[in-house]
Amino acid sequence: MKEISELHFPENLRYSTDHEWARPDKDLFVVGISDYAQDRLGDIVYVDLPATGSKIKKGADFGSVESVKAVSELFMPIGGEVVAVNTQLGDTPELVNSEPYGNGWMIKVKPGDPGEYQQLMDQKSYLDTLKG
Amino acid sequence: MIGTTGLIFNEPLLWELGAPGREAFSQPAREVPEQPVDPDLTGPGPDFPDLSELEIVRHYTRLSQWNLSVDSVMYPLGSCTMKYNPKTNERQASLPGIASAHPLLPEAMSQGLLRLIFDLEQWLAEITGLAAVSLQPAAGAQGELTGMLIFHAHHASLGRPRTKILIPDTAHGTNPASAALCGFTAVPVRSGPQGILEPQAVADLMDEETAGIMLTNPNTLGLFEANIRQVAEIVHAKGGLVYADGANMNAVLGVVDMSAMGVDVLHLNLHKTFSTPHGGGGPGAGPVCVTAKLAPYLPVPRVVQAGERLAWRSDFPLSVGRLHAFYGNFGILVRAYSYILSLGADLAQVSRLAVLNANYIQAGLKQDYHLPHDRPCMHECVFTDQRQLAHKVSALDIAKRLIDYGFHPPTIYFPLVVSGALMIEPTESETKETLDHFIAAMRAIAREAEQNPELLHQAPHHAKLRRLDEVKAARKPCLMG
Amino acid sequence: MRYLPHTEADIQAMLGAVGVGSIDDLFAQIPGQCRRQRPMDLPPALGEWDLDRHMEHLAAATATAPEYKIFLGAGSYDHHIPETIKQLLRRGEFFTAYTPYQPEVSQGTLQAIYEYQTLVGRLLGMEVANASMYDGASALAEALLMAIRVTKRRRVALSRAVHPHYRQVVETYLRPAGFEIVLLPYGADGRTDLSRLANASDLAAVAVQSPNFFGCVEDLKAVEAATHAQAGTLMITAFSEPLAYGLYQAPGRLGADIVCGEGQSLGIPRSFGGPGVGLFACREAHMRSMPGRLVGQTVDLEGRRGFVLTLSTREQHIRRERATSNICTNQGLCALAAAMYMASLGGSGFRQLARLNYDTAGYLKNALQAAGIALPFSAPTFNEFVVRLPAGSQNRYQQLLARRIVAGLPLVQYFPELSDHYLLCATETSRKQDLNLLVQEVTR
Repeated sequence: MKEISELHFPENLRYSTDHEWARPDKDLFVVGISDYAQDRLGDIVYVDLPATGSKIKKGADFGSVESVKAVSELFMPIGGEVVAVNTQLGDTPELVNSEPYGNGWMIKVKPGDPGEYQQLMDQKSYLDTLKG
Repeated sequence: MIGTTGLIFNEPLLWELGAPGREAFSQPAREVPEQPVDPDLTGPGPDFPDLSELEIVRHYTRLSQWNLSVDSVMYPLGSCTMKYNPKTNERQASLPGIASAHPLLPEAMSQGLLRLIFDLEQWLAEITGLAAVSLQPAAGAQGELTGMLIFHAHHASLGRPRTKILIPDTAHGTNPASAALCGFTAVPVRSGPQGILEPQAVADLMDEETAGIMLTNPNTLGLFEANIRQVAEIVHAKGGLVYADGANMNAVLGVVDMSAMGVDVLHLNLHKTFSTPHGGGGPGAGPVCVTAKLAPYLPVPRVVQAGERLAWRSDFPLSVGRLHAFYGNFGILVRAYSYILSLGADLAQVSRLAVLNANYIQAGLKQDYHLPHDRPCMHECVFTDQRQLAHKVSALDIAKRLIDYGFHPPTIYFPLVVSGALMIEPTESETKETLDHFIAAMRAIAREAEQNPELLHQAPHHAKLRRLDEVKAARKPCLMG
Repeated sequence: MRYLPHTEADIQAMLGAVGVGSIDDLFAQIPGQCRRQRPMDLPPALGEWDLDRHMEHLAAATATAPEYKIFLGAGSYDHHIPETIKQLLRRGEFFTAYTPYQPEVSQGTLQAIYEYQTLVGRLLGMEVANASMYDGASALAEALLMAIRVTKRRRVALSRAVHPHYRQVVETYLRPAGFEIVLLPYGADGRTDLSRLANASDLAAVAVQSPNFFGCVEDLKAVEAATHAQAGTLMITAFSEPLAYGLYQAPGRLGADIVCGEGQSLGIPRSFGGPGVGLFACREAHMRSMPGRLVGQTVDLEGRRGFVLTLSTREQHIRRERATSNICTNQGLCALAAAMYMASLGGSGFRQLARLNYDTAGYLKNALQAAGIALPFSAPTFNEFVVRLPAGSQNRYQQLLARRIVAGLPLVQYFPELSDHYLLCATETSRKQDLNLLVQEVTR
C-alpha cells in the first residue's frame, strides 16, 4: 500500500465517500474507482458489472471488484441508467489497478438527476477525507 | 532446524504420463455374453490417460511427499485441532462388516452398525450435556446448517417465523453463510474490550424478530465466553435460541455442560475434537446435539430402540428433513467411536493437556510477539504481527518462514477482529520437546525479522515451490488440464 | 494413554513456565455455572487389542458378501477397489494434512485435486468441475440453489425418478427460503415424463437423474430440448452411478448446464452410505456462481508450475452471508480416491468395466424375463433395473433374506403405486452362478 501522497487524484473528477469517481462526458457520466481504492484492494482479479439498461439508484450497489482474498461492492455515485460497461475489464481487470481513471473505467451512466454530480466531493475535499 | 533438505522428485500431471493400452486395474473375468446397446445413447467414454500400476504408485507417492501433515510435523493451525489421528481408527473403519456394508440393508442385517450409531449418539450427548444427537451432517458447515434449519423450524412451528440472527464479530464466515441459507439476516455483535461478548451488547440487539444467536465457545480468540449464561438468558427471554459452534470443543471436554451454559443446539466437528483425519480437506462429520425440547426437529432417519432391536425411524413430523443421501459420513463416525472407546475417562485429560500446551506456547512467545489479550488462553493462543510490521514483516512472512524450520504455519489473518493475527493451536498431542522446538523457531524468526527481513519476504526457501502467484490463478483461471 | 505424551515432570515444568500452580488454574475463566456437576459417564477405555475384538464383534453382525448375495444398488454400489488405492490413500501425508491453505507445503493435495477436477470434467463432458461436495444428494441441492442464484427465479422442476433420498435432501435445502419444487412424473417407460414442462414457466432449472433411480437411462436430448425451450432455464443432470458414462454419452455433451452426483462407485467403499463424494461440474460461463472449493494452475516466483486454491471470493470465509454456499471443505480424501480410481482404470479400462457392468446386469435382466418375471420399464438401463414380482412378493422376499439373499430394494416404501416392484443391481463383482441362483430362487 502506498502513502496518500504517492497516489493520484485528478482535479477534473468528483469523488464519493465510497471511493468511486464520476466524470461528465456529454450528457453521461463515466464511473470508476479511485487510485486510493485500487491501491487498498491490491491486485484486482475480477470485476462484476451490471447489464446495460439497468436502472440503479445513487448509493445502491452496481457490482463488485475482487482481489484474491477480498470482495468490495461498488456503489453508484450518481443514480441513473447504465448505458455502457467496460467489457475490456472482463479479460484485463488489472486495468483498474494500472489506469483507474483511464482504461480502468467501469460504467457510463445516463443520470436521473445530473445535479447529483455537484453533491459529490471535489478533489480537495476527497483528499481531506483520506487524510482524515 | 529440525529438518534438512533432500531430493524432492518432480512429477508430471497424470495425462503427461502413460500410454494408450496400459492399465492399473485387474479387469474381472467375463462370464456373460455382450448384450446389444442402443447406439443413440452411447458415447466415446472418458478421455482418461492409461497408466501402469507402478506409474500410479509412484505418481501418488511422489505427490504425497510434497505435503506437510500431522504424521510428519507439528501442524498448529488455530481452530483446526490438528491432533494425532490414531492408526487403529483406520483399521476399525476398514473392517469388512463396516467398509462393505450397504446402507439399505434390512435392519436385521446391520444391527451392529445401528448399535454403533446409537451408542455414539449417547456418548456425544453425555459429553456435551445435551439431550439428543443426530450424526447425519457430513461436515461442520452442514451441522451448522442443520442447527439453523432447527431454529427456522422451531420458530415456524410456533407460527412466528423470524428473520434475523445475531452473530459475534469473531465468528467464522460459515456462520453467516449457513444462516443465510435459512433466510436469516446476520446482525453482527461486537465483542467487548476483553475479547468476549458483553451481555448488554446482546440485549441491545435481541428482539422478537431475531431467531437467536450463533456463537463459538471458546471463541475464535481462544477465550471462554464467560458471560454466556447471561447472554443465553437474554436471548431466551425474547423467545430466541442459542446455537454454539463446537469447533473449539477440544478445550472443554469434561469441563463444561452445554445445557447448563444455556446452549440449545451445538454442532461438533469429529475431525477436530474426536481425532478423525482431515484428509486434505475432508471428509469430516458434524453431529448436531440439541436439548430435549428441540429433539423432534432433528434430521431423519433416526435410530431408535424397538424392543430388543434397533430400527430406523423417519416419522417425526417436525423434523427438518434429510441432509445426506444415507446417514452421513458413517466411516468417520466409526473413527470417532473408536477414539472415544480408546480414551474412556481420559477424554477429560485431552482438554487439560491441550489447554496446557497452548498456554505454554503463549508464555514462551509473548516476549517476542504482540499478544492482544494477555491472560490465560484456552486451547489456542492468538498473537499478531504488530511488532514485526515495524520491519515490514507480516504474519504471512512469519508463516512462510516457519515452513523452513519444519513446522506447518499457524492460522493467519483470522479472527478478522485482530489485525495480522497468528492463531496457534498445538493440541494435546505434541510433546514438550516439540513445543520447545516450535517456540525456539518462532523466536529465531522474530530475530530474523529485525535483522534480515528480506529472508522472510522470500520464504519459504526449502519447500517444493517458492511463493505462488495467486493473482495469476484468479485472473486467468485454469481449472482443468 | 498412548495419545497423551505428557509426563508428570513435563506438566510441572510447563506449569512453572506458564506461572500457574495447576492445570485447573488455567480453567479459572470458566464460571462455575457453566461447568459439569459430575465427570463424564463414558465406557471404560479399551486397549488396542480389546478394541479390535469389540469392533470385530460389532462388524460381524453385518450382512456382507460373499456369505450373503446382495443385489442392492440404489445409490451405493459394489465395485472392486484396487489394493493400490487402499494403500496409497493411507499415506499419512495425504491422510493427516489439512485443507491446502499453504500451497508451498500442500502441492501434493493441490495437484491431486487439480487432476481430480480434470478427470471429473472429462468424465462428465463438462468445462469446469469443483474439488467435490459432500455427496450426490447435497450436490444436487446445491446445483438447484446455484440455478436459482444464476437465473434469479424461485421455482425448479425435479423429476420424480430422481433418487427419493436426493429429493428429500433437496426439499430440506430449498424449503426454508421458500423456493418451489415442481415434481415431474415418470412415464410408462421408466423415464421422466416431460410433458408437464410445456405449461411450466419461470423455472430456474429442470433436474433429472440419468441413469435414474429406476436404473433407466434418460433421453437427455429430449430433456435438453424441453428445458432450453424456455429461455434461461438451466438443465441439471444428476447421477448416482458415474461408471455409466463409460458406456453412455456424458451429460455435458448433451447440453447439460450443471452435472452433479455421487462418486462412491469410483474406488470408495460403501461404508454404510458414507463418506462418498459429490461430483459437481458446470459450464465455464457459470463458474463464478459455483459452490465449493476450486484448485487452479499457476506458477511460483521462479516460474515453475504449481497449484493453489482459487476463486475463493465465492466462498463463505470471504463473502460470508453472500457466499455461493456455506460449504467449507470438500471430501478431499474421497476425491483423491476417485482420482486414483479413474487414473487406475484409464480410459480403456473404464470403458471395458462399464461394458462388463452393463452386460452382467443385462444377463440377469434377460434371465429373469425368460423365467417369466415382468420388467415394467422399457427404457435402456445400465447396472440396475426394476422387476415386478408376482403379487404377495413380500413373503418371498423375506424367505430369501433368511436364505442370505437380498433380492434388491422394495420400491413400495418410496412409491406406493409400485408394490411388488424391486430395484435389482448387478455389477462386475456379481458372479454368474449367483445371478443364476437369484433367478432360480425368485421364480421358485
